[in-house]
Order: sequence, then C-alpha cells, then structure tokens
Amino acid sequence: MLRRLHSEQPDSFAFTPANLAWAEAQMTKYPEGRQASAVIPLLWRAQEQDGWISKPAIEYVADMLGMAYIRVLEVASFYFMFQLQPTGSVAHIQVCGTTSCMICGAEDLIAVCKDKISPKAHTISEDGKFSWEEVECLGSCTNAPMAQIGKDYYEDLTAASFTKLLDDLAAGKDVVPGPQNGRYAAEPKSGLTSLTEYEAGKPQYNASAELATELGDGVKRIQGDEVPLLTPWVGKDGVVAGRAAAEPTPAAPERPKPAAKQAEAAKKEAAPKKKAPVKKSDAATPAQPEAAAAKVTEPEADAAEAVEEKAPETLTTAREGGADDLKLLKGVGPKLEQTLNELGFFHFDQIAKWTEAEVVWVDARLKFKGRIERDGWIEQAKQLAAGEETEFAKSAKTDGRYKDKS
Amino acid sequence: MLKDQDRIFTNLYGMHERTLAGAQKRGHWDGTAGLIEKGRDWIIQTMKDSGLRGRGGAGFPTGLKWSFMPKESDGRPAYLVINADESEPGTCKDREIMRHDPHTLIEGALIASFAMNAHTCYIYLRGEYIREREALQAAIDECYDKGLLGKDAAGSGWDFDVFLHHGAGAYICGEETALIESLEGKKGMPRMKPPFPAGAGLYGCPTTVNNVESIAVVPTILRRGAEWFAGFGRQNNAGTKLFAISGHVNNPCVVEEAMSISFEELIEKHCGGIRGGWDNLLAVIPGGSSVPCVRGEKMKDAIMDFDYLRGELGSGLGTAAVIVMDKQTDIVKAIWRLSKFYKHESCGQCTPCREGTGWMMRVMDRLVRGEAELEEIDMLWDVTKQVEGHTICALGDAAAWPIQGLIRNFREEIEDRIKAQKTGRRGALAAE
Repeated sequence: MLRRLHSEQPDSFAFTPANLAWAEAQMTKYPEGRQASAVIPLLWRAQEQDGWISKPAIEYVADMLGMAYIRVLEVASFYFMFQLQPTGSVAHIQVCGTTSCMICGAEDLIAVCKDKISPKAHTISEDGKFSWEEVECLGSCTNAPMAQIGKDYYEDLTAASFTKLLDDLAAGKDVVPGPQNGRYAAEPKSGLTSLTEYEAGKPQYNASAELATELGDGVKRIQGDEVPLLTPWVGKDGVVAGRAAAEPTPAAPERPKPAAKQAEAAKKEAAPKKKAPVKKSDAATPAQPEAAAAKVTEPEADAAEAVEEKAPETLTTAREGGADDLKLLKGVGPKLEQTLNELGFFHFDQIAKWTEAEVVWVDARLKFKGRIERDGWIEQAKQLAAGEETEFAKSAKTDGRYKDKS
Repeated sequence: MLKDQDRIFTNLYGMHERTLAGAQKRGHWDGTAGLIEKGRDWIIQTMKDSGLRGRGGAGFPTGLKWSFMPKESDGRPAYLVINADESEPGTCKDREIMRHDPHTLIEGALIASFAMNAHTCYIYLRGEYIREREALQAAIDECYDKGLLGKDAAGSGWDFDVFLHHGAGAYICGEETALIESLEGKKGMPRMKPPFPAGAGLYGCPTTVNNVESIAVVPTILRRGAEWFAGFGRQNNAGTKLFAISGHVNNPCVVEEAMSISFEELIEKHCGGIRGGWDNLLAVIPGGSSVPCVRGEKMKDAIMDFDYLRGELGSGLGTAAVIVMDKQTDIVKAIWRLSKFYKHESCGQCTPCREGTGWMMRVMDRLVRGEAELEEIDMLWDVTKQVEGHTICALGDAAAWPIQGLIRNFREEIEDRIKAQKTGRRGALAAE
C-alpha cells in the first residue's frame, strides 16, 4: 500500500526532555553499534507525543540513531501503526475489521465511525476531535467486535455502546476500557468453566483496564513524565549483566554511501579549495549519517574533534532596502527564517561569509545539528548574494509554497 | 475435561494476584536455580521427551529446535527471541499470558536461554498490545528488583537480561526472519533461508525464535516432568494448549485444554454451544486465518490436534484459534475479508505474493457479489496454486489456503451466487 508523507509538515520536531531521556534509555537495550534497533520504539514515542509522524520527527529520530533518513522513512511508511498524517485531537479510533470481528458486527462499528466522525478513514472530523480507520486483526478475537482507542482496547462492543463511548470521550468523561458488556477478560461470559478458585477475590478490573484506570493516559499525548523511568537492566555498576557475560555482538556491516554522497565526496576531492569551509565543518556535524554510523554508541566522541565555536558578525536589524528572503535557501522555512533574523542574520551575503567556526556557533543555536552543511546553505547563499538563482529558489518563488505563511 | 490442577496458566483470566508474590503462590519461580543446575542437556532432553510442539502455528518440536543452537560459542553471542507478535486473525492467547500470567513467560525465558547458551532474550510484542507491554514490563521490573533477572539470575549463576521490544502493526513480523529484521530496525521483510536463524539470526548471531506459549509452558514441564505433559493428547500431539474460540458460539473465550479434545466437547464445555444449535453450524476455521476452513458437519466429531486436523480434514491446528461461523454467515465474504487481510499485510518483497494477494482479493470481491463467470472459480484456484510455495516466506501459502478451503468446501455456494446474479440480470433485461 502506498503511504506518503503528509503534504503539510511542521518546521521542527523535538522530544520533550522526559521523552528524550526515555528514548536514550531504550537505546541501552541493544548492543553497541546496534542502536538502529530502537527505531520503532522511538518513532512510536514521537507519535505518542505528537499524534502522528512528521518528516522532522523522522529526521530527528534518524539523527538520534545515526541512521540515514531514508532508512527511517522506510520504517515509518512500512509499519501501519505509524500515522503519516495528523489525527484527531482527542483520539484516533482503530476499528478491527478482520473476519472474527466482521462476523460479530464490526461493520456496524465502522458505520458509526462514518456517521459520527467522517465518511472517509484517516480524515479528521469536523470538530477536529477524532479520526478513524479500519485496521487488521488486533488480537482480541474472543472479545469481538472491538476497537483500539489510544492505548486501550474497548471490547465486546455494540453500535450503541460504541456511540456512547465516542460521546463520552468527546465530552472528556472518564471511560473504562476492556469488555463493555460486563465480562472481566477473555473468560466465557456466562460464567467460568475453569479456574473458579480465584473468582471471589478478583481485582476490580483485568490487567489492561486496571493499568488504564490507574494511569489515566489512554488518549493522552505522552510527555514522558507520566511514569517514572526505569532501566533495571542497567545494574548499579552501570553494567548490563547479560551483555557483559556474553561474547561481543559483531559490528553492523557498513552500509554503502548513498550515490549522491559519493558524488559529493568525489567533487570535494577534485576541487578542495572551492568547498573548503563547508568540508572542514564535517567533523562538527554528527548528523551526517555515515559519519555518525561508525560512532553511534559514543555520540559525544565528536566533541573532541569539534571546532570551537566563534560568534559571527551579526546585525541588529536589516540593512537599508530590507532583509533578503532567506526562505529562498533550501532547508529554511518561515520558522527558521525567524530564528535567523532573531540571531541577527538578514542577508545572503552574511551567510555566505560564515566560517567553519561560525557555522558551529549558528548550528548550536538553531538546534538543527548539521542542517547548514546538509542543505548547503553557504553555497546557496553565495549564489543568491551574487544575484544568481538556485534551482530551489526558482521553484519556491513560482509555486508560492510560503505564500500562506509569510 | 482438564482439571484445574493440571492447568499451566492458572491465572489466565487475571483474577488472582498478577504480581510476583501471586505468581510464587501459584508455584512459579519455584526452584528455578535447581532446574538450571541440572544442566543444558537435561533441559533439552526433557523438552524433547515432553513432545511439546511449537505453539506459534507450525508445530515444530521445541526441544529439537533448541538443539540446533551451537553448543559452544564461536565468538558470537547467542540470542533467544520470543515471538509475541500475535497477529494471526483469530488468535488472542498470548495476550492473556502476557498481561495476566507474565511470570510463566519470564521464568521460561531464563531457562530456555540458559539451555541455548544465551544471556539475552528479546521479547517482540506486537505494537498494538500497549497495556500488555506495560504489564509485562512491570513484571520484568519486579523480577530485576528481586534478583530473578540480571546478574546471577534467580541464584542460578547465569547472567541474564530480558528486553521488551515492539513492532508497529505488521503481521509479517510474526514470521521469524521478518521479526529479526524488524528487531534490527529495518522493514519487516523475511530473509531467505538458509542460513537459518540458529546459524545466523539476530545481528548475525545464533538465534532461536519461539512463540510465547512455547516458552511459558517450559518451567511447568520441567517441574512436573516430561511424562506428565506427554500424558495429555494423542501420540505426537502432546500437552495442554490454549484455545481461543471466537465467532458464533454462545460464549467465546480463551481456555486451556488438553490437546486432542474433541471439537464438540470444547464448544459444549466452555463456549455454551453453537449459536442456534449444532444444526446451525456452517463452517469452522480451526487454527487461525491461515488454515483452510472446514464444513460444520465434519467438525462436530473432529479431534483438535495437529495430526487429525491436517490428516483427516485437510486443515490444521495452527495457533488453535478457532473461528466458528453459523449459517447466517456469508462465508464467501468471510473468506474475502481474509484475502483483504493478506493483501494488506503482504510485505511486497516477492512478486507472486505482492501481486497475487491483490489479484485474489479482487476476484473474491466479485465472487461475493456473484459478478463473475463460473470458469473464474477454477482460474482462482490456479492462481492460489501459483502463489503457494513460490515465495520466500509462508505468507503466500497462508493467503492461498483459505481460498482453496472455500472452493473445496463451498463451491456450490459460489456457483449459486454467480447463477443467481446471471438470472437476475436476465430477468431485468426481460422486464425492459
């Protein structure tokens, strides 16, 4: 199935501090050099935080894990739980439609979604609160039909109970997940046929519903501070015992560089002088996937080689004649333009003059590690300052991509 | 009927304490270090003697699978990966283990890993099981806290870690090599075999991938003995098994029963009978969506085990996910929905599956409405045969079998529909 990035993307993505700590803790689950394994959990947390996966989120996760952007995009588009378009502000409803649920009435639930939310899946309702889709088997077949809303399974539904559930969620009322017809878990509804010994003293809810009611985070946008962060596998001495006891995991095979990067490298070699300032700053940009891949386990290692930053000359306001349209630089959107202005950059020639040390200074303040180098701002700015046109600037001017926003 | 004292999953419905203390009261984590002390060879031999066949669908003998792992490390670590990517339509048994009886799984992971010389176990849960992940992680945290995991796990002298990992909604990641790919942070596309995971699996290291239930039954088998486990079920189909019965029975449920129980007993004892009575039974899918359906009248006396369902009925036990359909069901549509499922879940790597699943779904779509020619039934049959066996993994087979089951068992239903549609059309023309 074809899944593409959404047509409208935010300018940036960043984990909340607590989510960032959580993400870094997840990376310790995998052997050194194999941090790419954490890509699904990290993307999932990004989705839990924002409600969907945007392009900046993909790039952010790729940078964290030292992966090429395309590898993370592949993962995000391959796995269907990743929503590549914005979802309802309250919740995204996933109704199971596969055979067991279908023969037990899932089509009625889907009709409710079409009626109350939107006639089309993956479309946000008029009030902005909900979106829905029909998903494949959710693995709760004895409690069919059912739907997943946020973190929770709502089981043994009918059209009526499902409608009420949506109304309650929209009104912000507390709802209890699990079976909605009085069942406890996956036992026979008419009464236990086995394991009757413990029935009398049973807790109020089954394990899933209990967690949901305790944490109250079923449809919440996760910030990371809901539950304490635990990493019990890292011992008091900072050693992961099982990993220390076993032989070291072999290193990941080196991935070939993308063709574009190879061409770039060849060009740099042929004309080292011309691109010198940009090339030198390589050491200071850990976001370069191939540079980082070798060092994923020690992201700090780059700091040793890093060039010390130096503040470039800035202006307090644009020179006479007004500021240049910095959005004509590929990689600079309205948000970044504003940040650049705030830092004191208004003109292409200013950017064109940045030295290696100054790039590091700007990089640190933009919080977009490596973007200056990646998108080749300096080269672009030189051309634009000289009155030439870049390909991106030409298309940006004609297609009016920034019209609504500027 | 299986007695409660012979059940392995004594907290299947979560009505007893779900904590470590509760699990210990029910007899789990009892003398784990002692079992490990008996050594690798004893554990593997006992598992072989117990006759346990993998509970993930294929039914491969678990002890034998473990014995494929290298006895001595060649410089690479070994891994146990537990397949908790329970996504086969109809299957919902592992979920109950993970959220309500998680300690059976964690203890099993320790023992199985020791038997395979692995210090690390990854449990790969399907992404949708979020509360199950939280419940299982809470149980794992508690085990670390009490010294049952980590350094010198459970006093056995074996250093051992369990890590939870999860997917994000891809059925194909239940296939063992796709699961390994996914665990390495890639798209879940199955690998060619050989090399088999026991030679080069996760991170290129020796790896065994086992189903949740296969691992969770291990401690109890070792404690109670291979003979006890082998005492249930017919020859070659030993043990107890979690059955998940969904669809048109009066009380759908997940229940642990002895293997080789008759279908009638299973339904009457636990599910309150077929909706509308036995005469109203149309068809049964006895082992999850990937096995062919069976006509109702053949099912009543069926024995629920691997060999009977495959040998006598041309179907399979699979994951023991029983989907029951009564006579009010549109059987063609029910199977069409499975075709839609496989089309949705094909990873796109092999052409016969990527194109074939879509093709089969579109033909099925027309068969549901009867807008087809009679010859197309045979054409569809041919296509399923061209997909089957021509792909890297078994998803192509799994997509073909339900349709073959439908054509074999309900051909007249499809033909009737096509004829009705044709006469209907002719009738409409005559009226003009």
